[in-house]
Amino acid sequence: MSLFEPTAAHFEPLARQEKTEQITRPSLSYWQDAWVRLKKNTRAIISLGIIVLLGLFTLIGPLLWSVNPALQNLNQVSQAPSWAKSAVVIAPYQRWNGIRLDNYTNPDQTFTSLPAPTGFSTADTPTTQRVRLAWDQVPGADGYNVYRNNRAPRDFNDLGLPLGSTYGDELSYEDRLSLEPREYYYSLVPTDGYDEYEVYSQLILTPALGLTPDEAVERELITDPHEVNIGDYLTIEFHPLGTDYLGRDMLARLMEGARVSLFIGIVAPFLFVLVGIIYGGFAGYFGGRVDGLLMRFAEFVVALPFLLFMILFKIAFGIGPGESGIMPMLLALVLLSWPSTARLVRGQVLQIREEGYIEAARLLGAKDHYLVLRHIIPNTMGVILVTLTFAVPAAIFTEAFLSFIGMGVAPPTPSWGSMCNEGVKTMLSHPHELIFPALLISITVLAFNLLGDGLTEALDSKMRSRD
Amino acid sequence: MLAYTLKRLFAGVITVWFIATATFIAMHQVPGDPLMNDKAVSAEIRANLEAKYGLDKPVTEQYFIFLGNMLSGDFGISFTQQNRRVNDIIRDHFPISAILGLLAIFFAATGGVLWGALTAIYRNRLPDIVIMFLVILGISVPSFVFAALGQLFLVNLNSLFGQSIIPVAGWGTIWHMLMPSMVLGLGTMALLTRLMRSSMLEVVNEDYIKTARAKGLSPTRIFFRHQLRNAILPVITVLGPQIAAITTGGFVVELVFAIPGLGRYFVQAVQQLDYTVIMGTTVFYGAFLVLMVIIVDILYGFIDPRVRLS
Amino acid sequence: MQGLVRYDRRGKVIPGVAERWEMDEKTATFWLREDAKWSDGKPVTAHDFVFAWQRVVDPMTASEYAFILAPILNAAEINEGKLPVSQLGAVALDDRTLQVKLARPTAYFVKLTVFNTFYPIRQDFFESRGDQYAAEAIDLLYNGPFKLTEWTHSASLKMVKNEHYWDRENITLNAINVDYITADTRARLNLYTDGKIAFTRLDGETYKDALSQRFRIRRFTTGSTFFLEYNHRPGKPTGNRNLRKAIQSVFDPDEMVNRVLATPGNLRGESLFPVWINGVNDKFRKEYPAPQAGYNIKEAKRYLELAVKERGPIPPLVLLVSDSPTATKQGEYIQGVLLNKLGIELKIDVQTFKQRLAKMTSGEFDIVGAGWGPDFDDILTFGDLFASWNMNNRGRYNNPEYDRLVRLTMNSTDPKTRMDAMGNAQQILFDDAVILPQYEQGVIYLLNPKIKGVARRVIGPDPDFTYARIVP
Repeated sequence: MSLFEPTAAHFEPLARQEKTEQITRPSLSYWQDAWVRLKKNTRAIISLGIIVLLGLFTLIGPLLWSVNPALQNLNQVSQAPSWAKSAVVIAPYQRWNGIRLDNYTNPDQTFTSLPAPTGFSTADTPTTQRVRLAWDQVPGADGYNVYRNNRAPRDFNDLGLPLGSTYGDELSYEDRLSLEPREYYYSLVPTDGYDEYEVYSQLILTPALGLTPDEAVERELITDPHEVNIGDYLTIEFHPLGTDYLGRDMLARLMEGARVSLFIGIVAPFLFVLVGIIYGGFAGYFGGRVDGLLMRFAEFVVALPFLLFMILFKIAFGIGPGESGIMPMLLALVLLSWPSTARLVRGQVLQIREEGYIEAARLLGAKDHYLVLRHIIPNTMGVILVTLTFAVPAAIFTEAFLSFIGMGVAPPTPSWGSMCNEGVKTMLSHPHELIFPALLISITVLAFNLLGDGLTEALDSKMRSRD
Repeated sequence: MLAYTLKRLFAGVITVWFIATATFIAMHQVPGDPLMNDKAVSAEIRANLEAKYGLDKPVTEQYFIFLGNMLSGDFGISFTQQNRRVNDIIRDHFPISAILGLLAIFFAATGGVLWGALTAIYRNRLPDIVIMFLVILGISVPSFVFAALGQLFLVNLNSLFGQSIIPVAGWGTIWHMLMPSMVLGLGTMALLTRLMRSSMLEVVNEDYIKTARAKGLSPTRIFFRHQLRNAILPVITVLGPQIAAITTGGFVVELVFAIPGLGRYFVQAVQQLDYTVIMGTTVFYGAFLVLMVIIVDILYGFIDPRVRLS
Repeated sequence: MQGLVRYDRRGKVIPGVAERWEMDEKTATFWLREDAKWSDGKPVTAHDFVFAWQRVVDPMTASEYAFILAPILNAAEINEGKLPVSQLGAVALDDRTLQVKLARPTAYFVKLTVFNTFYPIRQDFFESRGDQYAAEAIDLLYNGPFKLTEWTHSASLKMVKNEHYWDRENITLNAINVDYITADTRARLNLYTDGKIAFTRLDGETYKDALSQRFRIRRFTTGSTFFLEYNHRPGKPTGNRNLRKAIQSVFDPDEMVNRVLATPGNLRGESLFPVWINGVNDKFRKEYPAPQAGYNIKEAKRYLELAVKERGPIPPLVLLVSDSPTATKQGEYIQGVLLNKLGIELKIDVQTFKQRLAKMTSGEFDIVGAGWGPDFDDILTFGDLFASWNMNNRGRYNNPEYDRLVRLTMNSTDPKTRMDAMGNAQQILFDDAVILPQYEQGVIYLLNPKIKGVARRVIGPDPDFTYARIVP
């Protein structure tokens, strides 16, 4: 049999066929892949949304709500959020001479008891500007004590705030202590000039919210004091989130405070985490002597007394008195916070560099910086992102503390942290002063937390293989 | 191991020396001094005071005197509480801060590991969401708010029962220590929870876990023997400095709960520029911190055999 | 501890360790009672007073309060190192007679001896303790109604009735325990609510909580005045009188007290001299009413224009405050007032304690928030503050006429002459707007209603439990 001897004529080129179905995804680099995953992650989207809203609040907010955050209104101190109130126009304040008794002689003895005072009433219409009280003399009394309570007193020990005392022939008292348009229970107790007799008379009244024409002009409600007459009603400014301890609008302050707090709260953590990553990465990767030296230096930084060095920084950076030293504060924050991140990163790096794939890559000829950047750092992302999340509120509160001791923002510039500091004091009586800034801080932290979660799922290689 | 420990201790001493020197220099650069007071004194009296406390000597000479005293363990007498030796101050008050701190760390560590592990196991389900929400609350609300709220809670609890069950402030029994240490440990607990969670999530996907499951090991065994041990390393890393941070940062909690710890002296000393107390407390805390870090690093080597420390 | 004399419940001077005394222009003699004893049973003698006072003026002791012994002959010279300590004009004629020679006639000398610096110290005990004197509870001797038995630093104190006190029959309290020491007012309120303490001070924020708990709140005016001190050094903008007058006319003291401080007990600041200081026959402020500026915006603007004409536009001023939250709050308020009403920019310089003192001494401020508490019961304790030689005059105000008035008050014994001089001084302080008075400090506190008879004092031991008793 003869062998088949193929020649070129036996072969024909095949016609092109369509591509067969491919069930592989496009090859993406690590970062491109991360971006795709991030976009799909619901948590990350929500957090990005929150961050955008916060940004708008900070930048556009003041344009929409253009109230001066430094304008004090001592008549509206610590007001809770409410609708717009109306006030009655009253005359400017005049000193009151009070009511004195003619022909008064001091009783030269102390009695076992005295009757309760009679005729305890107001000398004229009570307003939030002043409440004028007058009463009849109790024969035998050498003075009187005036008390004020916000609710009906139960007994002699529950009369409320001791407003003041009168002596001798004075039978009147003018109360001006932070009056608000609410119901007050006044009590009057006769004394012998030193000790009280255990009787009292009571008076209930509600002062009217008053405003003088000059004050109305200052508040920019009218332009000319002659526009209004005594007895007219005016609507005063509306504070949707209430006012603070000096009567400043909370919403405006929060917006202005956002700038400082968000700036510090975002930039500072990023910076010092970056420093920490580089430092810790180096220390962990090279190990040995280098590691030892770098870590000892980190401990040294941590052990320095924080407060002392802050004072020193403030002087060293030559911040003028009363000026806002944002940049020096940023620098100080970074300089004193990087060690903990460095330590964490170093720990992770120590763990990772013993892994098999590192050895493999090295055998393949990878250089040090390639290994660190391409393999080790991405694997420490989990820890890094956690640190970032925690660094944000830490930076905000450290900034508040620094402003407290004079470094950082100077009054009257607010920041969320310092507003929290102030709000804590009136936590129980005026909770809104604490709740609003704390809420905003929580929202910021939440946003970064979710973002961190989303980023972890997107960036962390060990988690990627799950989906 | 021994050689390593000795090397670390030696390095630690050098670190403490650096800390002392830097603080000493900084302290003398800040304007003001411990002798200034609200009521001004005449120049002669001022000169006498300076001589009495050795502040009239040049700064470098004062430094060497300080070093000499420090080496013999004597930190001098406090300026603000005259007749009280700094050593006595530290000896009387540090143990209290230390106990408070250690208790706080205990709560933080057990809580953090537990919650972190839980969130990892029940990832994206209800326990995870609840715990993470609490964690966020825990770090975005400052510690003095928690301290105030905690104390208020105790007051209301006591009034509910009509008598004082748990003391609202003070120090002495275990009941005094409960609330302050919990409040103090909250921030760290939140941090550890978070760390543990992310660390556990990574570990859970590792091949050796799959292998262990395939081999048929019980989930408990896998959890404790493999997952926990591997995930806990970042927690340990953080623990060392956190112990030191908590012990020194307990100032607010000590204030609210009227605890006679060292924190208040630490802060007041800087405000009053009480040189001797500043130096004494800084050196002491520095040494404490360095020691904690050394201990933790050694622990590291035991827990993770892969890590070679030198 | 107890000195030669003390105050009774109503504020009158009554015998303490001394049972009687006599005074003229050159000498004061005190006869000590026989049964005055220390807590170890040994008697309190005149030598104890001499020893203590010698220690105070000894320049080596470097006592900050040495100045308060100035009325005693040679005290000032000894303190400056010009004379030996033994030359102090206080001599023990015998165990129970103390003779004091005065450097100048001092009408208020007996009242002066109420102050702590005049308390006795027993020499043998003091020397036996050496460096440790007063370091712990056992390192002190007590001759007052109570003695300190336990002291855990920063934690607690225990005091019990002194069984050797000469008037022990009239002391009803057996013990006073201070079981908690903390600066946090809210924590103390919580302890009070929990029934653990019986006495605590409140502040502007916690009093509302105390009110809602229906606690009996008490108030007490401490007798200290608080004011803004200007920097009068040459070249400083606040050295210009018209600027100061402008600020004076725009400040409403009622608003500070009633809305910013907003706690009962504070009185509006009208003068350096507080309301409780005695004049000739009645209170000083009744006999010499403080001049009032009144809130007058037109006047203020007029003064401001004059100031600008004299020294050019006003640069931003620096207000130095301490880092306490109330100080910052007051500072912010003042900042708002100056900006909104006068258009003057005020920067708030927050400094911690020592840095603030350093700046005050070196003059690195334009305005500083200051206060002064009385050391003794005479008008001079406030009057000499702005004499040019007084080191507490941080603004360095220098007015020869003011100095003359102070010297007159120091050297005269005639009440009318002295009070007239101080009345004129008060007028100068207003005319020159040397300071801007803010308020007279008041405090509010809680005291368990079962305790009666606790005396609060402007001068002398405060609070005073000598007459306290517990009622069921």
